Amino acid sequence: MKIGEKAKWDELLTGGVIEDPGNSVNYKTGSWGIEKPIWNKDACINCMFCWVYCPDSAIKVDKDGNMAGIDCDFCKGCGLCVKECPKPNALAMVLKADIEKKGMDVVFKETFGGK
Amino acid sequence: MAFLNELAKREERLAPGHRLCPGCGQPIIVRALLNITDYEIVIAHATGCMEVCSGLFPYTSWRVPWIHSAFENAAATIAGAEAMYKVWKRKGKTDKDIKFVALASDGGTYDIGLQALSGALERWHNFLYVCIDNQAYQNTGVQRSSASPFGSNTTTTPVGKVKKGKEQPRKDIVSIAEGHHIPYVAQGSPHAWRDLMNKMKQGLEVEGPAYLNVIQPCCLGWRFPPDMTIEVARMSAETCVWPLYEVIDGAIKINYKPKKKLPIEEYFKMQGRFSHFLKPENKDMLKEAQRLTDKQWEWLLKREAAGL
Amino acid sequence: MGKKVALMGNTATAHAIRQINPDVIAAYPITPSSDIPMAVASFIADGLMDTELVTVESEHSAMSACVGASAAGGRVMTITAAQGLALMSEIVYIASSLRLPIVTIIAARALSSPLNIHGDHSDVMEVRDAGWIQLFCEDSQEIYDSTIQAIKISENKNVLTPVMVIMDGFNTSHSVEIWEMEEDKRVKEFIGEYTPKYPLLDVSRKITYGAWAPPAEYSEHKVSQLHGLLQSPSMVKKVGEDFGKAFGRNYGIFEAYKLDDADYAIVIMGSAAGTAKDVVDALRENGVKAGLLKMRMFRPFPADEVKEALGNVKVVATLDRVISAGAYGSPLFNEIRSALYDVPQRPIVIDYIYGLGGRDTQPKHFKAVYENLKKIAKTGKVGKILDFINIRGKWEE
Repeated sequence: MKIGEKAKWDELLTGGVIEDPGNSVNYKTGSWGIEKPIWNKDACINCMFCWVYCPDSAIKVDKDGNMAGIDCDFCKGCGLCVKECPKPNALAMVLKADIEKKGMDVVFKETFGGK
Repeated sequence: MAFLNELAKREERLAPGHRLCPGCGQPIIVRALLNITDYEIVIAHATGCMEVCSGLFPYTSWRVPWIHSAFENAAATIAGAEAMYKVWKRKGKTDKDIKFVALASDGGTYDIGLQALSGALERWHNFLYVCIDNQAYQNTGVQRSSASPFGSNTTTTPVGKVKKGKEQPRKDIVSIAEGHHIPYVAQGSPHAWRDLMNKMKQGLEVEGPAYLNVIQPCCLGWRFPPDMTIEVARMSAETCVWPLYEVIDGAIKINYKPKKKLPIEEYFKMQGRFSHFLKPENKDMLKEAQRLTDKQWEWLLKREAAGL
Repeated sequence: MGKKVALMGNTATAHAIRQINPDVIAAYPITPSSDIPMAVASFIADGLMDTELVTVESEHSAMSACVGASAAGGRVMTITAAQGLALMSEIVYIASSLRLPIVTIIAARALSSPLNIHGDHSDVMEVRDAGWIQLFCEDSQEIYDSTIQAIKISENKNVLTPVMVIMDGFNTSHSVEIWEMEEDKRVKEFIGEYTPKYPLLDVSRKITYGAWAPPAEYSEHKVSQLHGLLQSPSMVKKVGEDFGKAFGRNYGIFEAYKLDDADYAIVIMGSAAGTAKDVVDALRENGVKAGLLKMRMFRPFPADEVKEALGNVKVVATLDRVISAGAYGSPLFNEIRSALYDVPQRPIVIDYIYGLGGRDTQPKHFKAVYENLKKIAKTGKVGKILDFINIRGKWEE
């Protein structure tokens, strides 16, 4: 049963339990940082170190268990994935403001070069 | 690396949207635990950073049954749940294989929760206790705990004109757990994820109580940038400040021996809490910290060589 | 049919627990309640019950394990007293807040210091506002009967609130009295099965217990808990009546003893009520309109019923077996006097403290109380609002 923020007292479940496992996905932490990682699929070897070291379960995974991008709803921009990535050109931290200003394509090119 | 790809396919049992600091190691450790096993897990969580940030009404990040009661009683709480499970099994109320886990940080383990932990280990409840050790009361503002290392700068052992941080070495909680002669005791680190997951798996599999001590570099309290959490953990192993080892039925096995043991300065210079160690006037303190580290490491090596 | 037995209050309770056969008991021994976990352990050792007995290392862990076990899903009990209850009090609040129907037997005892192992109500009064139902018992029969009833009260789906079943340490716990033990089968039938509402062990549901509530959420949680507690008086009455139908002994939220036409009344809880009733009988024989209100349910406090029961009395003495240090009168006094404030012709209410740390209270002491009530009624002069019974030295207010 879903209980939202600021429920009335008689709407709470007995004992104030939560019977909505994992409903923190409704609380987005993606706005926290000033930086965020961007991902260069072509350089990625799908080692999944980013996934195993992500504190925020914010590495998207495809059906084969491979890297499928960053979940910007939750990524707090800590940079651990970038730091622990064994490939120099697969993940990088960029300023969110730069993406807003210049657009993703430009920032991507500036960061990873090439296409 | 097919191993991680396989794990990554599973349902994530710790949902995002929790409010831990960026770069916090705690969810990395908990995700390792929940991802490495297919067992149903019931968790009792002591009060602490991770507890408050992952269960903040009306939100929960937990996709496993989870209970928080108080600061000092995670072991006693899980003991009660495990006792009830025995009844459910006996009465045929469940056919599930459920594993029981207590999670606590160093405050809830080394200090205020020590009695409940000892009691639960001695009574031989079938559970895994994971201490996520960030070496101070980080949740309440970085006060010292008995897990805080010698000389560390905390808010209750500040470095001032006269005093130079914590005056005592940290408590050897792993030996205390060992003293209960339980089947499995280990120390791990999130940087060594495979080793850590192995230890978690063994801790869950073993019949009877298991204790796992995991270092949790805290970027807030230890004062380093959030992307350095794993690097700091790695350096704790390279300097043998935090040896990775396990004790199975009383016999020790060291899981990682650095090819070249690095001096403790390499670990200290990454963290603000130790910055005073690097000043020339505190040379003696640095020597003492190195001596404590070497003493512990050599003791472990001797034990291993002797098959103890 | 039940059978008459002559056994101590602790043994009576242990037999009730044997018949209930709860799923889990987590307990730590403490005088004067230790006989109960000891008896339970021997019942288990002899195969007379199959409860999981968790022999914890402290009372704090006892209540913590009870919370874990009850949240896991099942019937859970514990037993304690005095320092033990004080030590577990942190988790006493958590048990009621998580709405876990844990039945706790307490052989009420004085709190240190000085160390004293004997009876009074200091321990249970310390946790009177913890959100539990509190049932005070007079004798072995009542503790046995109330233990059984407490299971049904606490597990009611609208109540889901833990219960303290309280007897007086030593006075009841260690007194051998004759009481009636019902057949095992009939007790089991009476309590029925318990289906927990949110069991952790139902792993498909993945319940979260004990999330923290910031200022924007906390108040609603506390009001919700209070609402649950306040559903209990009707259940205490109903279960007491049902028990009467099943076993011939009726229970209510209190016992009004010769109160209908009483001019003077004592309000009291626990074992001393028996002695006081004897005094009422003697006074009645001499034409004194004495009466007594024996509170059974102290929490939640049944104010409306108290008004009804005492509204026509001239002078009331509340007898508290505890000091509420620095308060204006003791807990029972405060509740009774406050309840009577709205009565148009409200009785005068004075407070006596008696029986601390096992201090003897005899018929002559109760007689003196009634004499004072008579005097107050006659002269209209109250004198001391608070006095002590059977202490050396004069207490001046």
